[in-house]
Amino acid sequence: MSGARPLRLAALIAGFGFLYAPIVILATMSFNASRLVTVWGGFSTKWYAALLHDEQMLRAAEISLAAAALSALIASINGLLAALALARFGGFRTRTLFAGSIYAPLVMPEVVLGLGLLLVFVALGVERGFLTLALAHSAFTMCFATVMIHAALKGCDRTLEEAAMDLGATPFRAFALVTLPLIAPSVVSAYLLAFIISLDDLVIASFTTGPGATTLPMRIYSQVRLGVSPEVNAISTLLLAFVSVALGLSALLTRGRAKGGGAG
Amino acid sequence: MPEHDKRRRLTRGERLVIAAPYAWIALFFLAPFALIVKISLSHPTQTRPPYEPVFDLSNGVSGLWERISQLGLDAYRGLAEDNLYLDSYLSSLTIAGVATIICLAIAYPFALAIARAPRRLRPILIGFAVAPFWTSFLIRVYAWITLLKDEGIINHALMALGLIEAPLPMLATSGAVVVGIVYSYLPFMLLPLYAAIEGQDPALREAAADLGAAPLQVFLRVTLPLSRRGIVAGALLVFIPAVGEFVIPDLLGGSDTLMIGRTLWNDFFANRDWPAASAATVTLLALLLVPILLFERAQLREGRR
Repeated sequence: MSGARPLRLAALIAGFGFLYAPIVILATMSFNASRLVTVWGGFSTKWYAALLHDEQMLRAAEISLAAAALSALIASINGLLAALALARFGGFRTRTLFAGSIYAPLVMPEVVLGLGLLLVFVALGVERGFLTLALAHSAFTMCFATVMIHAALKGCDRTLEEAAMDLGATPFRAFALVTLPLIAPSVVSAYLLAFIISLDDLVIASFTTGPGATTLPMRIYSQVRLGVSPEVNAISTLLLAFVSVALGLSALLTRGRAKGGGAG
Repeated sequence: MPEHDKRRRLTRGERLVIAAPYAWIALFFLAPFALIVKISLSHPTQTRPPYEPVFDLSNGVSGLWERISQLGLDAYRGLAEDNLYLDSYLSSLTIAGVATIICLAIAYPFALAIARAPRRLRPILIGFAVAPFWTSFLIRVYAWITLLKDEGIINHALMALGLIEAPLPMLATSGAVVVGIVYSYLPFMLLPLYAAIEGQDPALREAAADLGAAPLQVFLRVTLPLSRRGIVAGALLVFIPAVGEFVIPDLLGGSDTLMIGRTLWNDFFANRDWPAASAATVTLLALLLVPILLFERAQLREGRR
């Protein structure tokens, strides 16, 4: 088997190189004083400074963050309830429809979801804007949240909850006092995940938002269509940094859970 | 499990739990599909919203019946007659198919290497391999413009090495779209493959080796067949969304790179032809029905375990 070792190392280096090289290059270019990608004009933070004066970009970032915060909140609560139904209710009627509707949006092309959601808002006669944006995002990020919390619930020892009920706790109390603390890290992770997906979404936002609520990805997209620009590199790097921090937090939380769960 | 086979009614408490997520699903997932189908059957108009309602209950049931008899398949007829759509569908399926195969070819050795790494390192390696998925999709696609364009980094490097004299046109081609899809969707392929390979009992490989199988034979006759589920899951996770992809062909593809997501987007936003866009969506879903059902079946099986 030792002959396979260099091959495996090569596969790892090639794989990680492919995944990270474009991101690293992009981040490096955001500190390039020169506008040209192939010329290093020295280290500079001027593109970041330029961002601070870009009112439209700042406004878009504000809207995106607010929409992500609100939609992730709805998505994680709904996701928790849906995961509970999937993990605990066994084979209830319409389970296949329910579960199927949770899993389908995970692979559904975004244009399909976007168009469908827009048609719902038009049919309901709702003016498109921030609220429709947040609702649309809550709907499709809920699926990701459900899958994540469901996985945690499946790994949860049910006998603990049963013990609590034997000792006289109502099912609700048993869940809230025993299981919920155990899966709390995954609920927080699901919130962060929903937040990140919402923050990143371009397609569904384009369909469901209105003129007053242009999101950050929409803003970036319209700039990118005009060509590569150092300002876009800078905002991209900031976003990458932001998401990396959120991701690191989420990883720490889930690791803590894995360690705690390992003992049980 | 037999307990899942007998479908029972939900208790009152359970209904309370499931009410909100069910409402969300009905309103934001099931209703949209019904509406897409409905509007694909209506006629385009110059009004806002730009379609004529089909089912309007204001005229009562008789009015409804009258409407149904006038149901238009115009939008579908338009699709069938328009080469743009046929070409878009064909080219979407081809590009997504090629990208899925390349993705598998890159992800398999990568997943295998991670699954065979020391146990302690595996979670860290897979974490780092999947991490880019969570970072902005748009930005990762955008990063490739810097690499692929005529005065970009790859052309610059190739020219500096004297391998080429003039820049290779790489951006704005179907090839660039394939690269973009492979890059963006790699984690989707990697994760199920890793799970399928890592979950295998090493004793099986040892047994095969003890019985005289060469390493390549062990791989082909033990590891590869046992990871079939991961391959299928990964391929579906890449192929289905890739067929309807909009951002990647729009940013990396040329004006001649047709993909259905892009055609649909233009119909909707530029031409404001909602019935045509809806009919294109229904057709797209019909094309993806088999892979989506396969994915659903795998997920439902997984969800019950």
